[in-house]
Amino acid sequence: MNIFDFSVATNWLDNLLQSVMPGWAATVIECVIIGVLLLAVYSVLALFYIFYERKLCAWFQCRLGPMRVGPWGILQSFADMFKILIKELIRLENIDRFLFALAPYLVIVASMLSFAVLPWGKGLQIIDFNIGVFFMIAASSIGVLGILLAGWSSNNKYTLIGAMRSGAQMISYELSVGLSIMTMVVLAGTMSITGLVEAQADGWFIFKGHIPAVIAFIIYLIAATGETNRGPFDLPEAEHELTAGYHTEYSGIHFGFFYLAEYLNLFIVSGIASLMFLGGWMPFHVPGWEGFNGIMDYIPSVVWFLGKAFFVSFIIIWFKWSFPRVRIDQLLALEWKYLMPIGLFNLVLMTLVVVYGLHF
Amino acid sequence: MKKEDFKDNEYIDKLVEELNASGANVVVGSIDRLINWGRANSLWPLCFGTSCCAIEFMHLGAARHDMARFGFEVARNSPRQADYIMVQGTIVHRMAPVLVRLYEQMAEPKYVIACGGCTVSGGPFKGSYCVVEGIDKILPVDVYVPGCPPRPEAMFYGLMQLQRKMKVERFFGGVNRQEKIKDFLAKHPEKAEAMK
Amino acid sequence: MVDLKEKIGKLCAAATFEDGEVLRVCVDAKDWRALAEQLKNDAELNFDYLVAVIGCDWKETLGCVYELTSTATRAMLEVKVTTADRENPMLPSVSDLWKVALLQEREVFDFYGIKFIGHPDMRRLFLRNDWVGYPLRKDYDANPEINPIRLNLEENEDDSVTYVEENGKVVEKKYKLFEPEDYVVNFGPQHPSTHGVMRLRTLIDGETVSRVVPMPGYIHRGIEKLCESHSYPQTLMYTDRMDYMSAHQNRHCLCLCIEKALGIQVPRRAQIIRVMMDELMRLSSHLLSYGCMTMDMGATTAFFYGFREREQILDIFDKTCGARMSLHYNVIGGVVADIHPDFIKDVRELCAIMPERLKEYHKLFTGNVIAQTRTKGVGVITKEEAINYGITGPSARATGYSCDVRKHSPYAIYDELKFDEVLETAGDSFARYMVRMREIEQCVSLLEQLCDLLEKEEGNEICAKVPKLIKLPVGHWFQQVEASRGAFGVYIESDGGKNPYRMHFNSPCLNLIGVVDLSCSGYKIADLITITASLDYVIPDIDR
Repeated sequence: MNIFDFSVATNWLDNLLQSVMPGWAATVIECVIIGVLLLAVYSVLALFYIFYERKLCAWFQCRLGPMRVGPWGILQSFADMFKILIKELIRLENIDRFLFALAPYLVIVASMLSFAVLPWGKGLQIIDFNIGVFFMIAASSIGVLGILLAGWSSNNKYTLIGAMRSGAQMISYELSVGLSIMTMVVLAGTMSITGLVEAQADGWFIFKGHIPAVIAFIIYLIAATGETNRGPFDLPEAEHELTAGYHTEYSGIHFGFFYLAEYLNLFIVSGIASLMFLGGWMPFHVPGWEGFNGIMDYIPSVVWFLGKAFFVSFIIIWFKWSFPRVRIDQLLALEWKYLMPIGLFNLVLMTLVVVYGLHF
Repeated sequence: MKKEDFKDNEYIDKLVEELNASGANVVVGSIDRLINWGRANSLWPLCFGTSCCAIEFMHLGAARHDMARFGFEVARNSPRQADYIMVQGTIVHRMAPVLVRLYEQMAEPKYVIACGGCTVSGGPFKGSYCVVEGIDKILPVDVYVPGCPPRPEAMFYGLMQLQRKMKVERFFGGVNRQEKIKDFLAKHPEKAEAMK
Repeated sequence: MVDLKEKIGKLCAAATFEDGEVLRVCVDAKDWRALAEQLKNDAELNFDYLVAVIGCDWKETLGCVYELTSTATRAMLEVKVTTADRENPMLPSVSDLWKVALLQEREVFDFYGIKFIGHPDMRRLFLRNDWVGYPLRKDYDANPEINPIRLNLEENEDDSVTYVEENGKVVEKKYKLFEPEDYVVNFGPQHPSTHGVMRLRTLIDGETVSRVVPMPGYIHRGIEKLCESHSYPQTLMYTDRMDYMSAHQNRHCLCLCIEKALGIQVPRRAQIIRVMMDELMRLSSHLLSYGCMTMDMGATTAFFYGFREREQILDIFDKTCGARMSLHYNVIGGVVADIHPDFIKDVRELCAIMPERLKEYHKLFTGNVIAQTRTKGVGVITKEEAINYGITGPSARATGYSCDVRKHSPYAIYDELKFDEVLETAGDSFARYMVRMREIEQCVSLLEQLCDLLEKEEGNEICAKVPKLIKLPVGHWFQQVEASRGAFGVYIESDGGKNPYRMHFNSPCLNLIGVVDLSCSGYKIADLITITASLDYVIPDIDR
C-alpha cells in the first residue's frame, strides 16, 4: 500500500502549531481551521450536488440542463446561492416563532455532524473514534426532528401532513438503515470508521461478504433513499400532493438550508454506502494483479472516496427521476413487511457466514 | 442576446439613466452587480397557470425549449420560495383575490410577468362580465408577453427582458423589502404604528 | 322502437310536442317531476343518460331544456320545462334521478337564478357567492359598478342551502357543508396537480380522504354570454379556448351545428382534413394526459417523453394552421386554408414512430410495479355510475360503457373509417390510463387511413360557398362530437338574427368533476391526485 497518507500533512501542521504555542491554543486553532474547512467543503459540495442532479436529470430527460451561466452552466448553483441569500425572510403571524426558526438549523446541524465523520481519504478524517458508525447513525437521525418541527410550527395544513409523513417514514426507514449497517459491522468486527476501511484493504465488503452483503447493500440503498426523503419516497415534500411539503412556509435562506441539507444528505448516504460496502477510500484491488493494483494506488484516496459516493448518488438520482412516488401505506408496508424482516434475516445470515468463516 | 436584438430598449435605458444620475459608491455598486447577476440568473418561477398559456409554459420546460438552460427550471409550488409569478391565462373575478394573495405571499424581491393576451388586457374575453381586463389593474406588472397563447420563444424573450431589468436595478436602496416598507410608510403615515 | 309521442302523451296529458331533428316535449314545471321519473324508470323508454341541462331565458318564461338519451336504444329526446315566475323561479330537481344534474342544475341556478326544489346543495357554481344578479338573463345589468373586482376572499363558503317541498310549500333549509372541527384541506385553486385552477375542498381523516367538494369557477370567463353578443363566425374562436386540448374537435362541433342549421354540405376534402386534425389533436391530448398523470405521480421523466412527441404534432399544426395551440382552423363550410405541402409526409412520419415510442412509454411507466400498485383498483367507477353521472370519453370507456360518439352517431367521415372503440372493464385509474394509451394506437391507425384518403382528394376544394352574413333560421339545434375527453355538445337557439339567442357548450369535463367525490372517498390523499389525474379534466372546459 503506497497510497498517499494525508496524516503526514495534518501531523506536520499539528507539530508546527504545538511548537509555537501552548497545547490548548493549538487545539483551538485546529478546531477553527477544521470548522471553516468543513463549512467550506460542505457548501461547495452542496452546490456541486445541486448542479450534478440538475445536469443528470436533464440528461435522463433528453434536455441540456443549465447552459447559460458560466461554461456548461457550472456557475448556476452559485447564482442560485447569491439569490437565495438575499431573499426576504418572511415574518409569519400565528406560528411558533422559536421552533420555526430553530427547525432549519436542526436539519443542517444534523447533516453537518454526520458529514464530519466521513472518511475522506487516508488520514483525512476529523475524528476517529471506536464507535464512529454509531455516532453517524445517531447524528443523522436528529434531522427528522428538524423536519417535524418545521412542519408543526408553520401552522399550515400541508406542512403538518408533510411533517407527520416524514416522522413515520424516517423513523421506519432508520431501522432498515441501521440493520443493514449492523450487518456490515458484523462482517468487519469493528465500529471504528478507520477500522472499517482498513478491513477492506484486501477486498471491498460487497465482494467479501458476497450474498448477505449484496442483500444488505440493496436494502441500504432503498432505505437510505427513504430516509433522505428522495424519490420515489419523497412523500414529506411530495410536490404534487402537498405543494412543497414541510417547507412550504419557509423562504429565503431558511428554505436554502433545507435545500442544501437535502442534497448533502444525499451525499452523506452515498458516502456511508461507499464506506460500508465499497471500501471507503480504498482503491480497487484485484489480488495477484500487482501492476494493476499499483496503478490504482496512484489515484488519490480522496478521488476514490468521492468517485464512489458520486456513483452511488448517481444510482439514487437515477431512480428518483424514473420511478413514480409510492403511497404512504405502501411505503410503510414496504418497510415493515419486507425490508425489516429481510434485514433481520440477513443479519442472522451474515452472523452465520462470519461464524463459519464462509466469507472471502 | 445583444442589445440591438431586443425590440424595446427605452424602458431599460431610462432605468440605467436613473441609476447613473443618482450615483452609487464603488463597493456597494460592485456588490450590487454580483447580487444582480445571481438574481437574474436564478429566476425561480411560481407554477401558476390558469389556462392555455400554462400548456405552452410546460412546453417551455420540456425538452425542445428547455428553460433549464437559463436556470429557470426550479419551478416552486410554494409562493414563498419563488422569484417571479408568470400569470398564464385569464384572471376572473373569483380568482383575482387569490392571485393578489399569492403575490403578497411571495418573498421580496419579486416580479410579475403578464403572459398572454388575457392577462395583458382581457384578450379575447374583453367585455365579459367577470373577467379582469388586464392584471395590471390588481398587480404591478414588470413584463408583458402578448400572444394567445405566446409561443415558448416569446416567453423566453419576456424572461430575458426581465433578466435585463433585474441586472440594471439596484438592490441596496432599491428593490428589497426594507425600501418598500419605507416607501409604503411615506405614503401611508397612519400605518406606522401598526407596522411596529 | 316505441312511438315516443304517443307514449309520452299517455304519461303526461299536458305535454305538447314540437317536431325537429329530435322530438321536443314541452311541459310545465309542475308536471316535470312525474314525467322525469317515468322517462328514467319506464322499461320501454329507459332514458338513463341525461346529456345536458340547458338553462334558457325566453323573455316571458324561464326554464331548462333537458337533452336525454337512452344508452340502450340510442333514442334521443328533448324536454323543455318552463316557469312563468321570473321573480322567484323554481323547478323540481331531477338530480336524484340523474346525478349528472347535481352540477348542471347548479350551473343553471348560477346563470338564471332558477332554484331547484330538492337539490341538496343549491349554491352558486362558477361565480362568487356575493355576486349580484344572474348574468345570462336577458335583463341582467352588466354595469361594472354593481359587480366590481372584489379583492376580499369569499366569506361564508361553508354555507349551503337546499329547498324542500313540505305540505305543498317550498321551505328553505340552510346548512353547513363542513363542521367547525372538520380538518378541511384546500387542494387548489393554486396547486400543482389540479392542472389549472380547480379547487377541491377535501375533508381528510389522517391520510384518508372522507369527502371532496369541488369548487370550480376560478376560470369562469362567461363564454356563453359573450357568444350572445357575437356573430356566428366570431363565436368560433371561443371553442379553441375552452378545452384547449381538443381545440379542433370543439370547433368542429360548433361548425357542424351551424352547418346543420344552414344546410351547408361540407366538401369531402375539408371533412377529411377536419377529421385528421381531430385525431392529431386527440393524439396530442392523450400524450399530454400521459405526461401529466405520470408527473403527478412523481415520475417526472415520463412527462418529458410525452412532450417530446407532442412537440412533433405541434409542428404539424404550426405548419398548416399557423399556430401551436389556439388553432382557428375550421370555419363554417370547411377549413380556412389548404394544408401545408409537407402535411401528409409529416403525419406519416409521426405514425411511423409512434408504435416505437409507445413501447418506450410502457417500459418507462406502465410496467413499473409502483405505478401498477398505485393505479390498479384505485378510484373505481362502475358502468352504471358512469352513465348516471353522465361521464363520457376515455374515463367512461374504462368502465366498459360504450359511449363513443364517433361510433354511435358518426359525423363527418367517421362512418367510412375502420377503428375500434377502446373499452376496458375495470373502471379504475389504471383502466382509464390504459384506454388513453390504446386510443393512441387507434389514432395512429386512423391517421394512416386518412392520409390515403386525403391523397386521393388532392386539389379539391376545401370550403363550401357560405353567405357573407351568416344568419341562422329560427330554431334550435344540438350537436355532439367526440372530443379528447368525451362527448362535447353545442346547443344553439336562434331567433333569426345574426347573433345566437342562446349558445350552450356542454362540456365533458364538468361531468368529470362530478365523480371526483364518488371515486376518491375512502382512498388516500395520494390517490386523490392519481384519480384526478386519470380523470384528466381540463379546467377552462369546466368553467367556460
